[in-house]
Amino acid sequence: MKYVDEFRDPEVIRGVVREIARTVDPQRRYRIMEVCGGHTHSIYRHGLRDVLPENVELIHGPGCPVCVLPTGRVDDGLTIAGRDDTILTCFGDMMRVPGTKGTPLELKARGADIRMVYSPLDALRLAQENPGKHVCFFSIGFETTAPSTALTILRAHALGLRNFSVFCNHVTIVPAMRAILDSPDMRIDGFVGPGHVSSITGCRPYEFIARDYLKPVVVSGFEPLDILEGILMILRQLNAGESKVENQYKRIVPWEGNVPALKAMAQVFELRPYFEWRGLGFISQSALSIRAAFAAYDAERVFDTPGVRVTDPRGAQCGEVLKGVLKPAQCKLFGTECNPEHPIGALMVSSEGACAAHYRYAMHAVEA
Amino acid sequence: MCLAIPGQIVDMATGQPLLARVNVGSVLRNVNIGLLDAGEVAPGDWILIHVGFALSKIDEQQAHDQLHMLRAMGEDELAIEEVRGYSFAEPSE
Repeated sequence: MKYVDEFRDPEVIRGVVREIARTVDPQRRYRIMEVCGGHTHSIYRHGLRDVLPENVELIHGPGCPVCVLPTGRVDDGLTIAGRDDTILTCFGDMMRVPGTKGTPLELKARGADIRMVYSPLDALRLAQENPGKHVCFFSIGFETTAPSTALTILRAHALGLRNFSVFCNHVTIVPAMRAILDSPDMRIDGFVGPGHVSSITGCRPYEFIARDYLKPVVVSGFEPLDILEGILMILRQLNAGESKVENQYKRIVPWEGNVPALKAMAQVFELRPYFEWRGLGFISQSALSIRAAFAAYDAERVFDTPGVRVTDPRGAQCGEVLKGVLKPAQCKLFGTECNPEHPIGALMVSSEGACAAHYRYAMHAVEA
Repeated sequence: MCLAIPGQIVDMATGQPLLARVNVGSVLRNVNIGLLDAGEVAPGDWILIHVGFALSKIDEQQAHDQLHMLRAMGEDELAIEEVRGYSFAEPSE
């Protein structure tokens, strides 16, 4: 309980932890996947694994956008940055993701015009301020971020900008969950559903998981109390032999989602037939591309991106970790060749990646 | 990536569609409100912000809870840095 004391309502948290301990069946093993990287970060940061019974195992899911982006897509984005008349923009998370020829940050040091932005609208403004250059935004993210990109493209269209495009890498969470459920080497009993993604999508998209796969899904917030409550709700369903979608994060997530955001996404994006995910391979209808009506803003149509498939770096076992088959520390490169200062795999880059979180918190706890 | 930052709307940015001026930890920046229903928010309301866009309207207690959560995650400074970084007020046309 060392970490739990720091939080609001520590007594309430202790109560939930006790209730979890009372609820688990000692004869049974529970494997629960937290889908979202924000949850993974919170679980490590707050030492939540230490307060759960030994037979409740948390599997870290694919909900970290830079972690699931395959190296080939990073390379494609960096090809755009190699042009003299182009400014490539991306979020800070992307700057340290390794491509075959280095990270965006390293390419910037070698002279490419790559700039970090905090919002796609910052990239739009750069385009307005630099009419002699083409500004491309390297977009990543799940449904939390995709609507913002959609509105930015709509704004560029309304302004009639001709020197702005988006290299679209938005992915959708539900097909990845389906791929995990269909994968023969994965046994998941229930899901802690993502918080902010669900504030956009609502809870309906998860209903097939409860109905067809008979697995509970509980959409949860990010505070320790939220996550523990979500886990307790899953355990109760499992013990009762139930599978339904429940919403622990009602204060932020409406059951029907954010309708204006979903409309903006539907207007600008369409589903790709398939898209490669690092570690999970090709998943059908799991990513978004820009509709033909907005082709002028689609970097994949404006530029010639090679689209080469690149295998993961030799020795790195990102795929197995991403699927929960291996724990981060079981990867051959973990903590030695691959560390937060010199990440080899993307799971070590983002604070939401399982490896970075494990390195930062779990290793530190062992040393302390 | 899924960082969402609470802020309070000060006023609607004049002459710029869908932009509101928002106070986040004493930093004033423009935030796009196009992902909310038209007329859903007004000055004084609290919102959750992600990459420069308001994701949802929240109440004051939820705003404090969210800020507390960011602090507990060690991401409150990162959040303010993000908001400081927004620079997308469009040049006057």
